[in-house]
Amino acid sequence: MSGIKKYDAIVIGGGHNGLTAAAYLGRAGKKVLVLERRYVLGGAAVTEEIFPGFKFSVCSYVVSLMKPNIMRELMLPRFGLELLPLESTFTPLENDYLIRTADADQTFREIARHSLRDAEAYLRFGPLMGQIGMAVRPILETIAPNAIRPSLSDLFAGKKLLDHLKTLTSEQFEYLTKLMTMSSADFLDEWFEFEPLKSTMCASGIIGTFMGPRSPGSAYVMLHHYMGDIDGAFRAWGFQRGGTGAVSLAIARSAEHFGADIMTEAPVEKVIVKNGQAVGVALENGDEYTSDMVISGLDPKLSFLKLVDESDLPSDFVKDIKNFRIRGSSGKVNLALDGLPDFTCLPGDGHHLRGAISISPSYDHLEKAYDDAKYGNFSKAPYMDIILPSVLDPEMAPPGKHVMSCFVQYAPYNIKGGWDDQKRDAFGDAVVNTLARFAPNINDIILHRQVLSPADLESIIGLTEGNIFHGELTLQQLFSFRPAVKWADYKTPIKNYYQCGSGTHPGGGITGSPGEMAAKKILGQWT
Amino acid sequence: MSYRNQFNAETQLKLSPFFDRTSQLNESQEWRRWSGYLSATNYELTHENEYFAIRTKAALLDITPLYKYLIQGPDAQRFLDRLVTRNINICKVGQVMYTPWCDEDGKVIDDGTVQRISERKFRITSAEPNLEWLEYNALGMDLIISDDSVTTAALALQGPNSRKILNAVSSDSLNSLKFFWMMDTMFNDIPVSISRTGYTGDLGYEIWMDTNDALFIWDLLLEKGEPYGITPTGLQALDIARIEAGLILLDVDYISSRHAIVESRKSSPYELGLGWAVKMKKKDFIGKQALGREVTRGPEWEFVGIEIEWSELENHYRNVGLAPGLPSTAWRTSTPIYKNSEQVGYATSGAWSPILKRYIALAHVKSHYSKIGTVLDFELKVEHFRKLTSAEVVNTPFFDPERKRSCPE
Repeated sequence: MSGIKKYDAIVIGGGHNGLTAAAYLGRAGKKVLVLERRYVLGGAAVTEEIFPGFKFSVCSYVVSLMKPNIMRELMLPRFGLELLPLESTFTPLENDYLIRTADADQTFREIARHSLRDAEAYLRFGPLMGQIGMAVRPILETIAPNAIRPSLSDLFAGKKLLDHLKTLTSEQFEYLTKLMTMSSADFLDEWFEFEPLKSTMCASGIIGTFMGPRSPGSAYVMLHHYMGDIDGAFRAWGFQRGGTGAVSLAIARSAEHFGADIMTEAPVEKVIVKNGQAVGVALENGDEYTSDMVISGLDPKLSFLKLVDESDLPSDFVKDIKNFRIRGSSGKVNLALDGLPDFTCLPGDGHHLRGAISISPSYDHLEKAYDDAKYGNFSKAPYMDIILPSVLDPEMAPPGKHVMSCFVQYAPYNIKGGWDDQKRDAFGDAVVNTLARFAPNINDIILHRQVLSPADLESIIGLTEGNIFHGELTLQQLFSFRPAVKWADYKTPIKNYYQCGSGTHPGGGITGSPGEMAAKKILGQWT
Repeated sequence: MSYRNQFNAETQLKLSPFFDRTSQLNESQEWRRWSGYLSATNYELTHENEYFAIRTKAALLDITPLYKYLIQGPDAQRFLDRLVTRNINICKVGQVMYTPWCDEDGKVIDDGTVQRISERKFRITSAEPNLEWLEYNALGMDLIISDDSVTTAALALQGPNSRKILNAVSSDSLNSLKFFWMMDTMFNDIPVSISRTGYTGDLGYEIWMDTNDALFIWDLLLEKGEPYGITPTGLQALDIARIEAGLILLDVDYISSRHAIVESRKSSPYELGLGWAVKMKKKDFIGKQALGREVTRGPEWEFVGIEIEWSELENHYRNVGLAPGLPSTAWRTSTPIYKNSEQVGYATSGAWSPILKRYIALAHVKSHYSKIGTVLDFELKVEHFRKLTSAEVVNTPFFDPERKRSCPE
């Protein structure tokens, strides 16, 4: 594709963070090359036509923490970023349902139908979480200071953080502490009584982690998801027109606009390290490209245990990376449908199909699903976060047909006996059967089924153990500890080798944040 | 595409039991949300006739969206006395008290009326849902709290002819019912409660009834009230009347401390002009300690009525070649107030008073500037440009007719 062999920077991996880093570096005048292993860009934020006429957001399916400044600075709306609101969260129950919509009165009324107290508490809960989210955001947006050997700028960053923490009210501090330490179930029990409301809210505390709703630490993950930020409005989740792949493509177009070269089907074999310094990369086909900087958008396991030799790294760092928890806990089932699912509790078409559909009728449903996984099985009746992309964007499927995206938990990477075709099918059956309990027509309308186990997410997308966040978002793996203490500032022990994936601060989700902050760090170091 | 079949009244907007009638009468098709209910903005194309019904005839308003709670039991009096700032121990059966209630920091949560229905039974009304707060504070007390917001319908009949209309339909005379007292009576065999209360600062009553009787009573009142000029009235007219009466509105003039995200949004009763309703001599009530400290140090803010001076306002308009521009409806956009080019406050609601022919507003000002007669600068937008115009701190209620409190001989 390109005749140039010498670049200012090479980015390994055309996922949305790698592309974001490339775009920022290009914007600063650097000549950048992005190398993607697959035929298609986006990594886990990818849209593919798996079944003719049906477009699947194969893995990642919603956009949340994408920072408005990234959208503006990279001019993403000009390159195709179009985020549609996900208006509601619908929890089907056996004989009833719970739906929360964008309208405060309607949501109050609907929750009050189940519990008046909860409806009132809900009015206060949202703003409080928003406030806590606001209190946490500056922490997320600060380049994590090196806590062991702080540089001058680390000290300034630390001081800024302390000053910020001082502005928190005692109530905010109380809840921040609780969110950092409690389980999402315990935290929500302090607020609400109607269990389907609690189990649906706490579901965001288990997504992408190998924890149950009653596992301590899950409350923080819930907060992490609460901070979804679109147009500066907290907690707004969005659906990208054309699927999440269109987000990646918008960033790619922006990077190209800023002069980046992007190559697909160009798998990198190794980072070339000379005298403890990264000088370029070697592709699997033997091609070599040299550059001043090499930036990995892959997860920490791949970045340090595969792309470079352990002998080029300090042993304590290698140990930290090996200990980094990246247990895959979820799978993805994408369905091509002949029509819409018909929920027994709320039949027919309606508002409830325009947002998220959460299969989370009770704590026990989630906790039992987790129990299966703890002992090496996929959940027989899993938790699911479902959207119908074609309801929001009719072009995702042929006229009158639909696509359904099911995020499914739990599906442990380390399943008893390992994943094979049979287990994948059985997992797909468990998903459809669970769905059929609430929408019995589902069996009659499936035209095609794509089932992705964590092993598939690893082999197809390149996510180690199939972990969607490049490592769990538990507190000991965040901030100054992500992915390893002393190396949370996008640098690595190898000079001129950087990291910019979700395995770095502030973590997973379609945020662009690691890519942006890595690029800014690199540009600050450039002499 | 219609989703109507999927979302019935259970999940969509709440409809008042009077909706069958109000929806027929609402010529303007203008509605506002009030506690999740559809509530008529004005029934006619403009609100003027409805406003003058309040002041010169009789206005009928659907006030069902108010939150209503029944407190019953041996501890009901003790509970309410501890909850609110007024002295409920002296509230007699049949009496009604207007009162705010506070959190432990002495910041106002809500304001409403407490009706003493019997020795051990009270009703408290509020602007926002308060069940959680009521239950939280009732721990260990021998009483039952029930939310009868949905089961009790309410109408306000306000205006100089309201008593005559009620006398025409009620089995008992209203002539001796005093201001802030209530009575039980019958309308054609249907039991209702009538309190002499309202949100207009005029002679007026509020009628409390079972939801099932709502339409019958609406029809009866309209029929019997016709010769007295009874007029279905919407929120637009009510808003002007309540400003004239100097009555505050939650979420417009202040924010509940339960929902204020930042400390500076909270207000004490003293900062809302409700110091008169705080009975510091009471043994104990929620927020007393904090309010005691505030009394010692003096409140930082006061809530005052201001009158925007006419001739200066007229000049501002004359300078751009226009006749004086006046708001045709009540406004609720926070508007800065200055003194010597420093901002010392903000008005939260205001209106041109059609009955007083004065431009009036309700404002938060720093205590130092709250004395009656203080002249401040009110920000006015004239033909897209900001101007300052004089406004004087005046007594409220702006409008306070003798008939509001009086009884016929």
